[in-house]
Amino acid sequence: MIQSQKRFNLFVHLFFIVLCAIVVVPFIMILAASFSQELGIIRHGYWIWPRGLSLDAYHLLAKNSQQLIRSYTVTIITTAAGTVLGLWLMTTLGYAISRRDYKYGNGLSFYIFFTMLFRGGLVPSYILVTQWLHMKDTIYALFVPVLVNAFYVLMLKGFLRSIPDALYECAKLDGAGEFTIFTRIVIPLATPAIATVGLLMALQFWNDWFSSLLYTDSPSLLTLQAMLQKMLTNMQFLSVIKPVSMSSGALPQATFRMAVCVVAVGPLLLVFPFFQRFFTKGLTVGAVKG
Amino acid sequence: MSKHLKYFRSSFGLTLLALPAIVFIFIFSYVPLYGLVLPFKEYNFEKGFLHSPWIGLTNFEFLFNSDLLHIIRNTVVMNALFISINVIVEVAVALLLFELGKRATKVYQTVLFLPFFISWIVVSYAVFGFLDSDTGIVNKLLAAFGMDPVMFYNSPGYWPLILVVAHVWKFLGYGTLMYYAALMGIDAEYYEAARLDGATRFQQAWHISIPLIRPIIIIMVVLSIGNIFYSDFGLFYSVTQDNALLYPTTDVIDTYVYRALRQLGDFGMSSAAGLFQSICGFIVVVLSNYAIGKISKEDKLF
Repeated sequence: MIQSQKRFNLFVHLFFIVLCAIVVVPFIMILAASFSQELGIIRHGYWIWPRGLSLDAYHLLAKNSQQLIRSYTVTIITTAAGTVLGLWLMTTLGYAISRRDYKYGNGLSFYIFFTMLFRGGLVPSYILVTQWLHMKDTIYALFVPVLVNAFYVLMLKGFLRSIPDALYECAKLDGAGEFTIFTRIVIPLATPAIATVGLLMALQFWNDWFSSLLYTDSPSLLTLQAMLQKMLTNMQFLSVIKPVSMSSGALPQATFRMAVCVVAVGPLLLVFPFFQRFFTKGLTVGAVKG
Repeated sequence: MSKHLKYFRSSFGLTLLALPAIVFIFIFSYVPLYGLVLPFKEYNFEKGFLHSPWIGLTNFEFLFNSDLLHIIRNTVVMNALFISINVIVEVAVALLLFELGKRATKVYQTVLFLPFFISWIVVSYAVFGFLDSDTGIVNKLLAAFGMDPVMFYNSPGYWPLILVVAHVWKFLGYGTLMYYAALMGIDAEYYEAARLDGATRFQQAWHISIPLIRPIIIIMVVLSIGNIFYSDFGLFYSVTQDNALLYPTTDVIDTYVYRALRQLGDFGMSSAAGLFQSICGFIVVVLSNYAIGKISKEDKLF
């Protein structure tokens, strides 16, 4: 019995080791390609280790870093502004409707929930943002339209329900106003929930490229992912902005685009796994009840 | 009347706190609902929404053109594939993970979760590295075995499989963790009792684990079915590199609407397709909510 159990466990471990290897292969391939020699890739193709070690792609990237830096700036600004403002808006609303003594709570919950049921669609939103709010080709278009996410509001409401109402009553007796209660009591107590939603939002803003694609035309407003997207369909994209003469003649496209990819995503992949437990907590709570 | 006014006044602080978000939702979720009448107009930038002329059902003519049939089919069929394959793979992996000790699973969980953090764009780069006709890993391997190379980016037939693999790869960690968390919530006594009765591991999984996480499986599936008319835009637009040769199997409602809007500037057709999507989506959500209600009342969404 014990023997067979051990063998079974070994088998399961083996399965997961193979599975994990399959999952990381694409990452390793991109990393390996970025350190390859261009000719090696052209002759032998992409592989899971570098085809002839070379830093050419990174050298070229360092000389062409203008767009990359701009995109980093845009992405950081939208992520920070979007996350902070969005959290403020969603937490205040989520808090109000979580209060059992707030009579408009149910009505407002439905008001929020309805937006999940019926959406106007892409075209009217596009007209709203570009024609009526005049946000086309501004940085605001990248985060303002998606600041409030109905699902997250309801998720926050669920979290905030666990704070006992007696706390608010005590605070009120001590003469605290709603704003003070919110900033002094609700925010500190709800920090884990706010952190979860904040990380989900930050990830969403960091990985956003659709808003850039939809609402902006100028290269200075491309987010990192939108820049990568442009490069995927138009390999010359970065080099067109600032042509560089290469000693070897040909532009190292195959390795260069992968190097841009590594520089654009690497930092995120190094940081985010440390926050993984927040994600899993948020996902499991959010999944059970919206 | 005065009672209402009094309550309104006494709760005004709370209302004021929530007001900015309420206004936001109104602007960005309710105002776009005017889009419901947009397809019946001939939208004109100069005249604006209000002064654009009504044109009746002209914009819906595309509904009767065969183009639409295949984008609806692609949308629904691909989503159905994603939902069914994802749930099977994720539950299976979660059950296996559940068999192992806690510490080992941490490492596996973290690794499996990695693809969740990257965008579809980065996935597109990886897919390109595998499938490019000249330099892709798959073709190099095929050549090594003496087989003919495949021009993946010219062959729509392969793409349902490619997209399913990409989708499973990206969400494997996410889904697995969800089911794993549900498994962790099961009382250990069930398993002890089963072991005493001599149940094998497979029997334990089949007769205890799966029945007990069934509610969450059903909810996840029904929630995804509610979105069956909406596609993951990045997957269908970016991973396929918006390649027209692949449209027969990869063009979905969202990519179609986007192209009609951004490339053709055809507001009429794209808003009509959008309305069609909203209505179908709404019907499916209501139906799936009804289905949830049949299965377990308290998990109903509304």
